[in-house]
Amino acid sequence: MIDLLLTYPIISALVALGGLSVFFGAVLGFAAVKFKVEGDPLVERIDELLPQTQCGQCGYPGCRPYAEAIANGDAINKCPPGGQATVNNLADLLGVSAPTLDAEDGADTDVKKVAFIREDECIGCTKCLQACPVDAIVGAAKQMHTVIADECTGCDLCVEPCPVDCIDMLPVATTIKDWGWQMPKPAKGPHIIATDKTVPQDHAA
Amino acid sequence: MRQIWDIHGGVHPPENKHQSLRKPLATIPLAPELVLPLNQHIGNPAVPAVQIGEKVLKGQLIADAQGIFSACIHAPTSGEIIAIEDRPIAHPSGLSAPCIVLRPDGEDRWTELQPCEDPASLDHVTLVEKIRAAGLAGMGGAGFPTAVKLNPRSTDRVETLILNGTECEPYITADDVLMRVYADEIIQGALLLARIVGTPKEILVGIEDNKPEAIAAMQKAAQGTPVEVVVFPTKYPSGGEKQLIQILTGKEVPSGKIPAQIGVLVQNVGTAYAAWRAVRYGEPLIERITTVVGDALGVQRNIHVPIGTPVAHVLEQHGFAAGRCARIIIGGPMMGYSIEDPQVPVVKTTNCIMAPSHAEMPPAPPAQACIRCGMCAEACPASLLPQQLYWYAQAEDHQRLQNHNLFDCIECGACSFVCPSAIPLVQYYRAAKTTIRRIDAEKQKADRARERFEQRKERIAKAEAEKEAKRLARKKAAEEVKSRLEEPKPVVVTVDPVASAQEKAQIAPEDADSQNKKLVRQLESAQIRVQHLQQQIAECDDATRRDALTAQLRQAELKLEETRKKLDDLERGVSLPLEQRLQNVAQKVQASPLDAQRNAVATIEKRLAVAIEKMEEAEREGKPTLAAFTQGVEKLRAKLAEAQAELAELEKQPQLLADADPQHDAAAAAIARAQAKAAATATMSSEEKHAEQLRSLRDRVEKARAKLAEAEASGSEHVAALRTGLEKLEAKLADLEQQGK
Repeated sequence: MIDLLLTYPIISALVALGGLSVFFGAVLGFAAVKFKVEGDPLVERIDELLPQTQCGQCGYPGCRPYAEAIANGDAINKCPPGGQATVNNLADLLGVSAPTLDAEDGADTDVKKVAFIREDECIGCTKCLQACPVDAIVGAAKQMHTVIADECTGCDLCVEPCPVDCIDMLPVATTIKDWGWQMPKPAKGPHIIATDKTVPQDHAA
Repeated sequence: MRQIWDIHGGVHPPENKHQSLRKPLATIPLAPELVLPLNQHIGNPAVPAVQIGEKVLKGQLIADAQGIFSACIHAPTSGEIIAIEDRPIAHPSGLSAPCIVLRPDGEDRWTELQPCEDPASLDHVTLVEKIRAAGLAGMGGAGFPTAVKLNPRSTDRVETLILNGTECEPYITADDVLMRVYADEIIQGALLLARIVGTPKEILVGIEDNKPEAIAAMQKAAQGTPVEVVVFPTKYPSGGEKQLIQILTGKEVPSGKIPAQIGVLVQNVGTAYAAWRAVRYGEPLIERITTVVGDALGVQRNIHVPIGTPVAHVLEQHGFAAGRCARIIIGGPMMGYSIEDPQVPVVKTTNCIMAPSHAEMPPAPPAQACIRCGMCAEACPASLLPQQLYWYAQAEDHQRLQNHNLFDCIECGACSFVCPSAIPLVQYYRAAKTTIRRIDAEKQKADRARERFEQRKERIAKAEAEKEAKRLARKKAAEEVKSRLEEPKPVVVTVDPVASAQEKAQIAPEDADSQNKKLVRQLESAQIRVQHLQQQIAECDDATRRDALTAQLRQAELKLEETRKKLDDLERGVSLPLEQRLQNVAQKVQASPLDAQRNAVATIEKRLAVAIEKMEEAEREGKPTLAAFTQGVEKLRAKLAEAQAELAELEKQPQLLADADPQHDAAAAAIARAQAKAAATATMSSEEKHAEQLRSLRDRVEKARAKLAEAEASGSEHVAALRTGLEKLEAKLADLEQQGK
């Protein structure tokens, strides 16, 4: 055997290379199994950025399916609840230029809303319960239902199935607790110079 | 002389403290109405402990703390609670919040207080409890519940207690006056607080050098005590908690930590005074000293003001000239905020009410472009980079803002004060902080929504899987039955019906017994349901609801009928003795094929009639099952035609009929007998049935009693269960007997 290898160096080279390829192949194969990444990390990160209203306005049954679709190349501007901010964040993450929010897929509204059930009119049909993607409606058959306002994502999905039309989407009122300062409005016109300072003195008089 | 340190930055705005110091500390008449917001402190709002219309005494608890992070509220004077409702409160938003409204009766009668002659004799827990019960919240401006602050985590030992008498903001002199007038009590309060936090190494009172009278008074009072009065140069904002700690101890509070973590506790001098009053005299926090200042007022001074007094009332008492006033400010000119509605009340943290004239406080000039001069960075007491923060705030680059420690900004306004371009920098930071907090909150909510969504998906998937498994099991069972049925009977005659009937009959008794019981139960429940529904219909006066109920009733009646029929069938089956049943079957077999065929035709006809009826009903109601019914009817018709054809063929062979005749007669007689019996059972009146039920129930009660007695005798652990069972049965029996009558 050794004689053979010595007499034919080409065979020894082939054996050595073959051995190496088998060895590395085994190492790589082992690593592929051992360090396998569960799920798609990109999908996770996209999902993080989506607003999790699970409203389905993007045409997918929830935020995660849309995240998967984006990872597979779908447009990133189909999320009205997230608004332009979400589109921008997604564009940042994916390294593409941010398109404007698709107007067809609903208007970008800043007003947060939650569902409210007019309880006198509720007949206890449980249809909204089944529609709510985040289980934010409590109730039972033939019992009055009500929305847990804190858990409601404002996705609108419960409004349509209601047979007696007793669900309203109400804007969330600002309370002392969640009130915040507004950004100062930028000065009107870019041409303010130092002498403009005197103008308001008229009011002081 | 103690070493003092300097802080970075700071500014020297005009002090303007003399205006309010010319007149002595005074009191004002009670307002006609006191408005007490439930949330005057940081944390959870208090919960009202009084009803509308209730008469309360001065110092009586009217709203209780909700949780640890909260503070109680007491009646500032005696009077009547006239409302608990949303009122505008002193807040930059101008929004309303829940308040208790008290109408004073003018008597100012105290509730019974619990003074303590010797506070030194009380232990830590009692003292903290007394302070909690007095509703103390930090009186410097933030309103942090004092009792919480006095209970630092066990890992944080307080080494330095600092009383904050700095009062660095222009115009405000409330703490200055307090120290002049109540120096002894403040020192007592300091010693008390020191005792509570476990005798720290140093007790310091920090006062800026622009208050010589207060310094003198405090030094006099502090003589002979471990309290040290430390004087340091005036500079804004030395009075910030973290800044004061740095000036007095040289230690910096790390970003994102609290002073307790570096062994320091800071309390306002007003809080120390209130703590002493609370423990020594049992007085809750129902009034405070507030500076009333501004050129739009005739009188500028410091006053004792009951918490809840509307700002408008205070201003009225000081010769307020609304026309001259630029705006009303709560707090000082640097960190205070304007209010729109002068009806907002004074709260525990209101240290100053400003009514400046237009000349005194002109509107802010328009902001110009940032020229990158860097003066703001020099002025910032927190060593931040206000310029950078300003750019990032404009660009809404929240990540960079946080990287530049936006949340260490104390919003002192020094940067805006020095800005040559008059940019309202602090407003940008406040807005940016708000936005970041809101985004964080939304993120948390989104995470929760995601979790809930995923849990829901899981739940639904699980339910589906279970349904699927059940469906498969049913399918398998059906297939098994089908295959079993198909295998052994290719032709009717090849099976030995007698043997199979024998088998069935042998199995039947115990099977039938349990089935019988089940059916009786079902029957009872159906009867009860029908009665219940009838009653409901009788009571109901809503038409739509009655329709629904009627539909339900019809269903229930159908079910009742069905159950009754099943029961009858079963009883008939069981009541026939075994031999007779065998005979029956034998007769069936021996009966002539002609008769059998006739019977078959009759059965098919009957089934067809039922099917047609069902189909028509489905058609009427437009049910989706119509197609299935139609198909079924067609099949039955085909079968009927086939059977009739066979019958016709059989009738053509009279000799066969003749052969079978003698046997046939006997069989016919037997069949007639059986039919008569069946008819008898079927027509059994409801009374008889009732009697039957009664009998069986009595038997069961007897049995249950016997069992219970046995269990009691043997001391079994099931006695309770048996007893409840027996009770239920007895109740049922009584019910049934009642029905019988």
